[in-house]
Amino acid sequence: MSIGHTLLGLLESGPRHGYDLKRAFDEKFGHDRPLHYGQVYSTMSRLLKNGLVEVDGIEAGGGPERKRYAITDAGITDVQRWLATPEAPEPYLQSTLYTKVVLALLTNRNASDILDTQRSEHLRMMRILTDRKRKGNLADQLICDHALFHLEADLRWLELTAARLDKLAEVVTR
Amino acid sequence: MTPAGSLLAAHDLRKAYGPTNALDGAEFSIHPGEVVAVMGPSGSGKSTLLHCLAGIVTPDSGSILYDGREMATMNDAQRSALRRSEFGFVFQFGQLVPELTCVENVALPLRLNGTGRKDAERTALSWMERLEVDDLKAKRPGEVSGGQGQRVAVARALVTNPRVLFADEPTGALDSLNGERVMELLTEAARSANAAVVLVTHEARVAAYSDREIVVRDGRSRDMERIV
Repeated sequence: MSIGHTLLGLLESGPRHGYDLKRAFDEKFGHDRPLHYGQVYSTMSRLLKNGLVEVDGIEAGGGPERKRYAITDAGITDVQRWLATPEAPEPYLQSTLYTKVVLALLTNRNASDILDTQRSEHLRMMRILTDRKRKGNLADQLICDHALFHLEADLRWLELTAARLDKLAEVVTR
Repeated sequence: MTPAGSLLAAHDLRKAYGPTNALDGAEFSIHPGEVVAVMGPSGSGKSTLLHCLAGIVTPDSGSILYDGREMATMNDAQRSALRRSEFGFVFQFGQLVPELTCVENVALPLRLNGTGRKDAERTALSWMERLEVDDLKAKRPGEVSGGQGQRVAVARALVTNPRVLFADEPTGALDSLNGERVMELLTEAARSANAAVVLVTHEARVAAYSDREIVVRDGRSRDMERIV
């Protein structure tokens, strides 16, 4: 995720202190990975240097953390451009699991075992996410759904591979 | 060997249909209040395993112990009684009687067990409330959506307070939002009633509502919890 763009976007609704920005970020996007203060201040100084934000005010007696930031017109344009640019689809072409399966076949190990163990590990994570979703609000549900759909896609690949192991063994050991 | 404390346990189950070995030494066990997903590709034998465990199909060999009793030694009438009073069933579709209202459908297993109409429908309605479909009591199955109908079917499966609920692809005909709601309500209701759930599914998102999974392939089962 682009932290810079996300912080910029959060600033669009009005000027904020660094601390407020961190809190807003953690609340909305940082469920598992809250921002460090250092990340906020280094990001803000970069945005400041690039003219995407400006200092809107400094509270008396405060250090750098008391600065209030406001987004500039250039910042708004930058957020707009970022939102309008599609994310590159991840092609997932270098799969560790695929490598493990092929190596198992090449070395006469049981490739089914590898797939079964992986399925079990995926399901363990899916249970945790499903539980979090059940107890969470709509934001939690959407975040967990995103992760669940990706894990499900991995498992579909896994089942398809499990069904083709004999053919794959023929090909890789030829 | 039966895992300690299990309510339903199968050992070395074998079942052939002609030359095809649907089950080839399958193992299974489930504890009260536990939700176990039975996974595996189409034709792997998972539905045959469920049918054997539920006493619908008799295995060629192997043992199935329900609450310490060997199912093979029971006669048809005893197995039917077990299915009627101790087991509940939810399938993919086509389970509700179209001529009856939803509350009559849910009350049906109690009526078949001899409960009077009033009492049966009162109990049925309390289950419909838990599955959030009590407002459909007077409707017929043809007048409700797929997701609602499946929740009515879950209420019917639980109305006799079964100790084991067998669910074979219970969300197979539903979209993902409805499927999830059915799974949430099904597992919540079953857990609160301490019923064990045998959940046959090929969908990982459905299996994620279980406590553990077993994988069936070529008629053999693998209990992942006891391996990992």
